[in-house]
Amino acid sequence: MVYFDAASAEPIVPAARAALLAALDDGWADPIRLHREGRRAALLLEQARERAASVLACRADEVSFTNSGTTACHLAVLGAVLARQSQARGPGHVVASAVEHSSVLNAVARLEDEGSRVTLVGVDRDGRVNSAEFAAAISEERTVLACLQSANHETGTIQPAARAARACQAARVPLFVDAAASAGRLPLPEGWSLLAASGHKFGGPPGVGLLAVRKGVRWKSPLPPDSREGRRVPGFPDLPAIVAAAAALEDASAGRADADAELRELTDLIRDRLPVLLADCVVHGNRAFSLPHIVTFSCLYVDGEALVTELDKAGFSVSSGSACASEAAQPSHVLAAMGALTHGNVRISLPAGTTRESVETFLAVLPDIVNRLREAVSRWV
Amino acid sequence: MAYPQDAAVQPPALRIDALGKKCPLPIIMLAQRIGEVPIGNVIEVLADDPATKTDVPAWCGLKSHEFVGAGELAPAPGWAFRIRRSY
Repeated sequence: MVYFDAASAEPIVPAARAALLAALDDGWADPIRLHREGRRAALLLEQARERAASVLACRADEVSFTNSGTTACHLAVLGAVLARQSQARGPGHVVASAVEHSSVLNAVARLEDEGSRVTLVGVDRDGRVNSAEFAAAISEERTVLACLQSANHETGTIQPAARAARACQAARVPLFVDAAASAGRLPLPEGWSLLAASGHKFGGPPGVGLLAVRKGVRWKSPLPPDSREGRRVPGFPDLPAIVAAAAALEDASAGRADADAELRELTDLIRDRLPVLLADCVVHGNRAFSLPHIVTFSCLYVDGEALVTELDKAGFSVSSGSACASEAAQPSHVLAAMGALTHGNVRISLPAGTTRESVETFLAVLPDIVNRLREAVSRWV
Repeated sequence: MAYPQDAAVQPPALRIDALGKKCPLPIIMLAQRIGEVPIGNVIEVLADDPATKTDVPAWCGLKSHEFVGAGELAPAPGWAFRIRRSY
């Protein structure tokens, strides 16, 4: 089997696996207890926090660990707005791009239900947010939070987050950057106020998210008080997984340039060859500003779920933003916001160490599969 | 979504009923039958799969036909999409 779904979960890297196994022996105790075992666990936890903070280029006490990237996004959005609203007169205005991860959009929708005014800023055909529109939205009265991902999880499109951060600073609006798609792969955009990332997307074990809140940024927990994780995340943390995630983040960001160049070459190969090999196939996004490991395309007249299933039978694991291939039975909101074809969609996201041979084989089998499915579906009309 | 005024006055030359059909079927039906109307005429597709809201205009862009507009069907959920054959 060839695994091309690193954007859903990157296979766990050896450094993280080793750290996880070691921490299972040394880090099982409760880190807030004062006994020897507790102190040993606390030491591991704080070392992990230091390592993560150093990659994120922030202070260790600004970083908290959650049980997922989704939880980190929920806490970032709800906590930032709660803290600012308590001092404002009632609900304020929240800005987000239309292509944020569903965790961010769901948190924003909750705020809207509770009375906040919400502006979703659209994207162009490549899935990129218009900086001027974003800046105009945040300059509206009583804007309490702006949300912009560093890069998109479905298309790999890198967003102009640094420019958004400058606009937010000028307007004195906190910026939440969901960095789940790019953490450990790209340097973080400067000027963020709150940040979220997800351990399994950079080679850590599943079940670890990162939430960072810069000093001086107001934030109030939307959950009942709990003393753990800087009073930001309740509950006994999964310490071995956290230690492993921190090791993975460090490992991912070290030697990134070489790994990126290799992956970029392979996604470029897919971008260049697909339209030649396959009629009526559209590659989305623009390679000039996209993550090196993700490429997304749609094949006209093909059912996305069938395509994922047939590719799986042929030995390739990929994901799809087509409605029938998603649990919500709705087409991808990202593709819809781009005005892109939502059916017959495939996202290829290459894990570290992907070989050129596996990509060549994929390109060799895909046209036959697509053409066979097109013949089959046309008989249904 | 609403029709531009000129489209509202020009009745479609052909109507395709793709209600109850999931993508890509409505798009395949459109592609197979657009050749049946004269160039410059309008074809209408009735569909209720939410994906068609994006996919009909996206198909028009890819195939260089003109997406005229879409109207909501009442009372049943769904849309009537109008496409003008360009070539």
